Amino acid sequence: MAYGISIWERLGIRKSSGVSEAGWGHTAFVALISFIYFLPVLFIIFTAIKPQGLALSVPPTLSPTSLLGLIPEQFVFTPTLENFGSVFSRVMTAGSQPEATGFDRFFLNSIVIATASVVLALIFGTLAAYGFSRYPLKGNDTYLFIILTTRMLPAIVVVIPVILMFRTVGLSGSYLGIILLYTAFNLAFTIWMMKSFFDELSTDVEDAARIDGSSEVKVFFKICLPQVVAGLAATFVFGLILTWNEFLFALLLTGPDTRTVPVAMNQAVSSGGRGTDWTLLAAIETLFLIPVFLVTFFLQEHLLRGVTFGTVKK
Amino acid sequence: MSTIEIRKVTKAFGEFIAVRDADLSVAAGEVVCLLGPSGCGKTTTLRMIAGLERATSGDVVIAGQRMNDLSPQKRDIAMVFQFYALYPALTVRENIAMPLYHEKLSSSEMASRVSRVAEILHLREILERLPGQVSEGEKQRIAVARAIIRDPNCFLFDEPLSRLDVELRHSMRGQIKAVLSNLSKATVIVTHDQLEALTMADRIAIMRDGLIEQVGSPHEVFAKPDNVFVASFIGTPQMNLIEVQFKDYSSGKATVTFDQQDVVISVNPGVARLRPGKVTVGVRPRAFSVVPNGTVDAIGAMAELIEPMGAETLVHARTVTGSDIRVVVPREMKVKPGEALHLVPDPAQTHIFTDDGRAVRA
Repeated sequence: MAYGISIWERLGIRKSSGVSEAGWGHTAFVALISFIYFLPVLFIIFTAIKPQGLALSVPPTLSPTSLLGLIPEQFVFTPTLENFGSVFSRVMTAGSQPEATGFDRFFLNSIVIATASVVLALIFGTLAAYGFSRYPLKGNDTYLFIILTTRMLPAIVVVIPVILMFRTVGLSGSYLGIILLYTAFNLAFTIWMMKSFFDELSTDVEDAARIDGSSEVKVFFKICLPQVVAGLAATFVFGLILTWNEFLFALLLTGPDTRTVPVAMNQAVSSGGRGTDWTLLAAIETLFLIPVFLVTFFLQEHLLRGVTFGTVKK
Repeated sequence: MSTIEIRKVTKAFGEFIAVRDADLSVAAGEVVCLLGPSGCGKTTTLRMIAGLERATSGDVVIAGQRMNDLSPQKRDIAMVFQFYALYPALTVRENIAMPLYHEKLSSSEMASRVSRVAEILHLREILERLPGQVSEGEKQRIAVARAIIRDPNCFLFDEPLSRLDVELRHSMRGQIKAVLSNLSKATVIVTHDQLEALTMADRIAIMRDGLIEQVGSPHEVFAKPDNVFVASFIGTPQMNLIEVQFKDYSSGKATVTFDQQDVVISVNPGVARLRPGKVTVGVRPRAFSVVPNGTVDAIGAMAELIEPMGAETLVHARTVTGSDIRVVVPREMKVKPGEALHLVPDPAQTHIFTDDGRAVRA
């Protein structure tokens, strides 16, 4: 037996001194809090798989499974995937054949618009941030502040002049228009985020590369950029979430062809004159969660490093 | 020829003058240390030589060519940074080979050069690792390997050993010195550690507040400091600097007033030129001899704090008027706090500084 490690520590029951895995008590507590945070999302997912009539039933149905008899029978519903089908194709007017709802198009729109604008903002923003960080202008902070002021106004204040401008130049309802707008919105955030990441880097490494014969372009691409991958990932995810969920500008600046999911969702659930179809809404929302969930999941490792960057002295 | 020369180089950051009129020349094969306290401008001077900072005025000449307007990659230099500045995303092998990518060598030539320096610096085993997976000492050796892989005009080291622990620092000091002596290039090392400078350098340039105060061999700056700053900066324990009133001089002896009494001390003949007035007497703690009570012209002091240092003992003593005097005595001599000491300075090691801090030499 290795010196200094008790059997309890080996079994994970007692904590060894210093930084190590937390005990069961702490873990259970955090799990409980996490579960409370997750409840609304869970509720949406459950609603999405409920038969249509049970959405507003009293008493409410809470779970698709009785958890081996733990939950009384009247709270249990039989799960169905019917609602997900209705997202893309359903009966629009009573008695007629099911019609396509166009949601496949709206999902594609959302993906294209969000991805394009966040990537564009990342490209321009990272270059700008590098410039602000490494080649400061006279009054550098003033310019950075001015860039941030673009995000200080509430969207509702900006939206009227933007609509008028977009109408005038003919960008209203086009992909280019909404992508440009979102890019501009993401740019401020991207510049600030990426500048702080560049500021954290040791300039010695860049100087060493210069002495070793690298050009400025090579210093940026080969030396700096690989060191801020975590920052790029974090900025990408935050920008994506902001853009993905944006409603107001999308409502007013997209046309029937370029409509994004949040706008289409709003219109779909209140149409047909039958009141709000909650199970359909939940199904759309569940599908709507998936892309951001996947991106966040795959970038998770970078993301954690990204958001904790600079908090630990290297 | 591998030489470095800076002529009247000044660097200003806005109002602040970091380096003022610095003159320094480093011959081929010579190692010069820039030594000084933090913020004295030594790193700025090095960065101007490297081309990472632009000199506000003056000339930077490397290998006989004025390089002020050339970017670092065109100066053909190698530099080791304080924090090593290894490329975190590249392996140790790629890190070392980085300077070669711009020389357009064949890959077999590159591989053989890498393995040669890896051999010299004992890095063979770790060539495929990333910088994050090696120890501090290895990082340091990688940085040195990256510097010596090419055949540059000169070498620049910025505090190369400051991040290592004491033991490693000793062995690396020797290794770097051995590596450098085989290369016969002009080398500038920046350090704030006088022991590092004294052991590694052929000549030392001591800087303070952007000015080079003295340039000389390790022996010169220790034995013949040009001014009070150099005298107090070089040598541990620090030199005693005592302010006295100079009265007159005759045949190798000066009469000074100290503790309201006249003391005659042996000094160099240069003192004859001085007018009576305030001067500073500098005596190193090891240059005192302890004499019996009643000896003529001895300085009296009371031992206050005793610090055994192993081979010797450092005694902090206080004179009647409250001046602090540090004396190093042999280990065999047992001094107790409160004991009266009578001290006579070694005339060969007694320095006289004028009121403006300049040393008086024959």
